[in-house]
Amino acid sequence: MSLGDSEMDAARDRLLDPATGELRQETMIINMGPQHPSTHGVLRLLLELDGETVITCEPIIGYLHTGIEKNTEYRTWQQGVTFVTRADYLSPFFNELGYCLGVERLLGIEAPERAQIIRVLVCELNRISSHLVWLATGGLELGAVSVMLYGFREREVILDIFEAITGLRMNHAYIRIGGVLMDLPEGGAGAIRDLLRILPTRIDEFETLLDDNPIWRERNEGIGVLRAEDALALGVTGPVLRAAGVTADLRKDMPYGGYETYEFDVPVATTADAYGRYRVRMEEMRESLRIVRQALERLETTPGPVMVEDPKVGWPSRLSVGPDGIGNDPEYLRHIMEESMEALIHHFKMVTQGVAVPAGEVYSAVESPRGELGFHIVSDGGHRPYRVKIRDPSFVNMQSLPAMVEGYLVADSIAANASLDPVMGGVDR
Amino acid sequence: MNAEHLASMIRERFDDVVLARGEVTVLVPADDVPATLEWLREDAALSFDFLSCVSATDGPGADPRFWVTYELRSMPHHHRVRVKAGLSGSDPRVPSVTPSFPTADWQEREIYDLFGIVFDGHPRLRRILLPADWDGHPLRKDEELGGVPTWFRGARVPPVDEREMA
Repeated sequence: MSLGDSEMDAARDRLLDPATGELRQETMIINMGPQHPSTHGVLRLLLELDGETVITCEPIIGYLHTGIEKNTEYRTWQQGVTFVTRADYLSPFFNELGYCLGVERLLGIEAPERAQIIRVLVCELNRISSHLVWLATGGLELGAVSVMLYGFREREVILDIFEAITGLRMNHAYIRIGGVLMDLPEGGAGAIRDLLRILPTRIDEFETLLDDNPIWRERNEGIGVLRAEDALALGVTGPVLRAAGVTADLRKDMPYGGYETYEFDVPVATTADAYGRYRVRMEEMRESLRIVRQALERLETTPGPVMVEDPKVGWPSRLSVGPDGIGNDPEYLRHIMEESMEALIHHFKMVTQGVAVPAGEVYSAVESPRGELGFHIVSDGGHRPYRVKIRDPSFVNMQSLPAMVEGYLVADSIAANASLDPVMGGVDR
Repeated sequence: MNAEHLASMIRERFDDVVLARGEVTVLVPADDVPATLEWLREDAALSFDFLSCVSATDGPGADPRFWVTYELRSMPHHHRVRVKAGLSGSDPRVPSVTPSFPTADWQEREIYDLFGIVFDGHPRLRRILLPADWDGHPLRKDEELGGVPTWFRGARVPPVDEREMA
């Protein structure tokens, strides 16, 4: 097939830039995602590329929107825990803690000391398990498959501990308004002690493998740079902000749940790049282990209830571990079914109608593995939340992705996104 | 700085300051929101340099129907304040704070998406969580939970009796 002269001219014109007469430099738009192994779930990046260089990047989100905030308005305050825990599914205890602290502030109550210690304990273990998933997936995205296997292997140990404590590996709904669901199981402390013994050497091993690994450094150093002033303007918190040299950690700055009584440091880096974030997260795991160790010591000398005694607030149901796992405590069932009509009525009323929370609004924020996790909770005095807004750090941090990847190579956008550690369940909610 | 001290400092400038449960709330008219946030940021003793959260609440039947809230955090001084403005139900709009607080960009888009509150001056105010052609604003109280028809875009699902049987 041959082209006529006019067609040849038209084809040539299309290749040339009419302004300069030079060969046209066209950019290409590609969709990275929403199905992509390196997007931490369903994130779509609309990338404009000039060859291998990213010119613009627009994150497109919402694929995992499940209406968690709307759902909470149709359930009791206690049931709200089971919804919010599913937002950022890699840090469920933090969702539960932020929500419960907010509701407790509205109620004007405080969880018993033993419950507060258990909360700190599970949260810090959760911070480690979350960082391990970041290490595993981030490693995988850069081709370090062995790091992925190691990260998930260690996380599995922590999930086993969570399963022993709460009955579930994820989405625990364990931290409840006024305390925690149930006390630690028999032997629970032993399993955590084993972890405290194993994990420090494993973290050392990861660092031996990665710290001076030429490929790891090449892929992470100077990548995804976000300086402190840009991070603060964009609302970025957590390890990404701390890697830019800002010592911002709500556990220290505005302590909650007894964190002011624990000894730990806030690791920072100054490089503001993906490598700095890696260093910060590795150190944070060590600091979390320090806190876990202190919490375990305190639990030995702190007996007592793990739920507020006030029957108007505390969840009435008692659970216990039976041969088939965690379920209703037979003793408690016998008590409400056969012994006390009042207890049965109380149980029915609390479980069906729930607690009434005084009207008002609060903003309760905790330091999640990804930064400031806030809950803006509004009550109209009823038995259901009037409004629960989740300020999820993944959502807010994601805004900084264009600033991190524009001007870099496509391959580096993967490393930059991994260093942000977004969880789409939290982004989309 | 404790909450009482913080509230008294802000009262020097603003009339409507509420202190409840250790949290300070400043109520301002919607048009004053950007100037209020900027003043709270520039004041050296307050230094509310970090906008944590933009949220909204719907209360149909009341006037104002909508409330937008801005949670500010001071990185150097470790304290918080909430700025709150009421909006009418018929035409809820408030000036955007995105030009001075870039973090508000997505947060305002989310409120627009889910509540239908318009942020005037926002550089690209469009839906963020829901599809661009979504109808309605689901976090409004008059929108029910569930009951949303399923969409198969670009495809037609024929009635049962017209389908080809394998």
